[in-house]
Amino acid sequence: MALREEWQGFSAGHWTDDVNVRDFIQRNYTQYDGDESFLAGPTEATDKLWGKVQELQKQERANGGVLDCETEVVSGLTAYGPGYIDPELKDLEKVVGLQTDKPLKRAFMPYGGIKMAQQAAESYGYKINPKYNQIFNEYRKTHNQAVFDAYTPEMRAARHSHVITGLPDTYGRGRIVGDYRRVALYGIDFLIAKKQEDLLNCGDGTMTDDVIRLREEIAEQIRALKGMKEMAKLYGYDISQPARDAHEAVQWLYFGYLAAIKTQNGAAMSVGRISTFLDIYIQRDLEAGKLDETQAQELIDHLVLKFRMVKFARIPSYNELFSGDPVWATLEMAGLGQDGRHMVTKNDFRFLHTLENMGPAPEPNLTVLYSKRLPEAFRRYAAKISITTSSIQYENDDVMRPVWGDDYSICCCVSATQTGKEMQFFGARANLAKCLNYAINGGKDLKYTDKQGNHMQVGPELAPITSEYLDYDEVMHKFDIMMDWLAGLYVNILDLIQYMHDKYYYEAAEMALIDTDVRRTFATGIAGFSHVVDSLSAIKYARVRTVRDESGLVVDYVPEGDFPRYGNDDDRADDIAVWLLKTFMTKIKKHHTYRNSEATTSILTITSNVVYGKATGALPDGRPAYTPFSPGANPSYGAEKNGLLASLNSVAKLPYEYALDGISNTQTINPGALGTDETQRVSNLVNVLDGYFANGAHHLNVNVFGVEKLKDAMEHPEKPEYANFTIRVSGYAVKFIDLTREQQLDVIARTCHDHM
Amino acid sequence: MQGRVHSTESFGSADGPGVRFIVFLQGCPMRCRYCHNPDTWALDRGTLMEPAELLDQAERYRSYWGREGGITVSGGEALLQPEFVAELFEAAHARGINTCLDTSLAPFTRQQPFYQAWERIMAACDLVLADIKHIDPAEHRALTGHSNENILDALRWLSDAGFPVWIRHVLVPGITDNDEHLRRTADFIKTLSNVRRVDVLPYHSLGVYKWDELGIPYTLRDTQPPSKERVENAERILGAAVSGLPQA
Repeated sequence: MALREEWQGFSAGHWTDDVNVRDFIQRNYTQYDGDESFLAGPTEATDKLWGKVQELQKQERANGGVLDCETEVVSGLTAYGPGYIDPELKDLEKVVGLQTDKPLKRAFMPYGGIKMAQQAAESYGYKINPKYNQIFNEYRKTHNQAVFDAYTPEMRAARHSHVITGLPDTYGRGRIVGDYRRVALYGIDFLIAKKQEDLLNCGDGTMTDDVIRLREEIAEQIRALKGMKEMAKLYGYDISQPARDAHEAVQWLYFGYLAAIKTQNGAAMSVGRISTFLDIYIQRDLEAGKLDETQAQELIDHLVLKFRMVKFARIPSYNELFSGDPVWATLEMAGLGQDGRHMVTKNDFRFLHTLENMGPAPEPNLTVLYSKRLPEAFRRYAAKISITTSSIQYENDDVMRPVWGDDYSICCCVSATQTGKEMQFFGARANLAKCLNYAINGGKDLKYTDKQGNHMQVGPELAPITSEYLDYDEVMHKFDIMMDWLAGLYVNILDLIQYMHDKYYYEAAEMALIDTDVRRTFATGIAGFSHVVDSLSAIKYARVRTVRDESGLVVDYVPEGDFPRYGNDDDRADDIAVWLLKTFMTKIKKHHTYRNSEATTSILTITSNVVYGKATGALPDGRPAYTPFSPGANPSYGAEKNGLLASLNSVAKLPYEYALDGISNTQTINPGALGTDETQRVSNLVNVLDGYFANGAHHLNVNVFGVEKLKDAMEHPEKPEYANFTIRVSGYAVKFIDLTREQQLDVIARTCHDHM
Repeated sequence: MQGRVHSTESFGSADGPGVRFIVFLQGCPMRCRYCHNPDTWALDRGTLMEPAELLDQAERYRSYWGREGGITVSGGEALLQPEFVAELFEAAHARGINTCLDTSLAPFTRQQPFYQAWERIMAACDLVLADIKHIDPAEHRALTGHSNENILDALRWLSDAGFPVWIRHVLVPGITDNDEHLRRTADFIKTLSNVRRVDVLPYHSLGVYKWDELGIPYTLRDTQPPSKERVENAERILGAAVSGLPQA
């Protein structure tokens, strides 16, 4: 069969008949084993556009965090006219398309919750047209209201006390990665035809709930695909057919992503694994002499520039959870194919090189799918960019590939999802540290009171522990019961939220770029991990004395004697960590999960470790009340006594199979501790990554700077060198000066691995 | 046999090539005024450990070592426990672990019983990191409370044996940061055949709190770390002494 004209030069396969981007990639990509010497610097156009965006970002900061906010028009694929970074520079933009009609202007997105959309605008001094009050309260309900209509009193209490918190009931669940590559490879018309076929074959005519829902969803998807074409037309492009060259491929793909961020304000709006895919187009044009390296880099720079500009209007409580305005435009590179070939292309270098051409930036959330088997030149280049920009995260392809294959993307921070084949029901996290307090205090909350002013009864009214010194077996028994309760309630809350999200805020544009026969994961999470581990270790290996208030509740703990802490490669503590993860996951799995989804969990807090910690009383490990937890799977503050590698080894012991939603670890290394010169630093960082991932660990955020720099940046955010100073926090990157002061102090307080 | 171990560090990045597991042994005969680990001086403290125990611990980090890494024995002064170091290095080599000795060379003597242990150590050692604290005998004594004659003799021994050495020199303003002394040091290094690298370590005061905790008066309280220019100056003068030699 003759290949379509747009596909000339590509190797044919299953992908030509069916939507199968993976097959296209595997048959067509060109490995690159060399170093970074081929890379090109920024073009004049790139400098001008990035200069303009930086100017706008400066104004945005001066304006209190938001440059402009839409108050009149509800966001949609074609709601706003075309927008450009600067109308006068519009011809310089190789990749066009903005969320609204103006750069950095935040769209009005009410479907997740009209109350939140109004609050978000108001918190930045804007007022949504009051007519929307009536429309979205009287005529068209939104997701947030629907969830609260159905919540039980027990659910509300657990939410109020923050034992289950950060739930996507006040914001979009996000974490769905459309396969935006499909727009480039196939064009919209082919994708519509395939979805129409799916609709014809959906059900045998018997109208069960499932069939009715799916038929309606496919119809919504087809409508979204048609809308994408209209959206592209506003910019003068016809995306009904496949992209013909690299420029079109980049533009088509971006339109797919733009459709997602115009219609959804999910917490994480990830881009996916696009680097190797786009390299195929660039390589074809390079070989045909239609493009040179400078132009190739410019395309990638301009695409990345657009990912740096994604913005949503958020409410203050959201910003406390996820500080610094992140959108998780996560984008992957490298990894290995199932046939054993590495998937590093020149484009992987180009994406990392954007951090040199345009300086460090938190978005897109650049993620290297790491394996010791990647070419050494690439591992060294990534390490070098980490050392100079602290903007990259690493995830272990060797533990993910056996589970997710070789075409997965990362949605959000550490959660793998098979591109175009899967979607995820994101579900925040359960506060296991608070759960431990409930186990000791008979389900009563220390911080929150009921209407009578008594400690709120949130968990089941178990007999509280009354002894002066805690007994390990007694605590474990009660903790087990309390975790059973928490896991059950948590899953049920999420079932409810996901049901309502599907019903009131369905992600039609993203789901249109995913197979109709989609697999679903149900992502739970754990907060307070290290503190529970250390607390149980303290009870087991030392003596923990309780301090009680007048009502008899334990309000503080005094550990007497030494005990092993998680983060020192000490099996006594680390075994408890493994036990905790396995136990909680096993309890989650017992329950029914919405739409036959597969339950997973993560040990990832993002920056919410501060908020969760603030809601949680003292713990038996000696952590004072209402102070931040350590983030993700990180050991507790000050617990690491044996250096970086001991800490890494502890985290590496957590079995990924029990935390398929990811295990996040963030480490900050003083440049001096990494080596005395650049070559040595690069070699040593590569050694650290090789070793850590060879031990089976899942994820590492790498920061390379000293605490002094953080302190100076906190005190002098106005210094030009800090405008783009980017650091990795749990699961994403952020401009340090955009964090709240509380978050900044928290980052500073964390262990910085320093060698004397 | 057992050795007295002060502590270990899983991630040593500057004490020898690659990523290394560092064993800090307890006890030191020197009393360097800038010492940042005075808690390692006492001979009778530390944890008693067998070589196998230490190596088992070290091997937990083997995956991070890559092609170059391994273990480094430091201190305190490792050569105060020469038989233990010999046994540890022999056991390490038996396990295929690269070994590195970080030493002031202060205990060195060609007399027995030390010399016998020294020869065993050298037979199982891959690299020596040696400090030249001060080239001038009188100044050396004033800085460390110890003569430098046997130290320079040890360096000559290593040179004669063709044993690879990295020289390290702590740059202390007002004490070692002096062009004349630096040039004399460089002249001495030029007489050695085996120096692969010279590292200038700028003085820092991060260990002062330990002196305070131990109640020992710290005499360099007013000394500031050297400027970047002075560090580069020292690197230029000392670095010239090794030019042309292959890097380890």
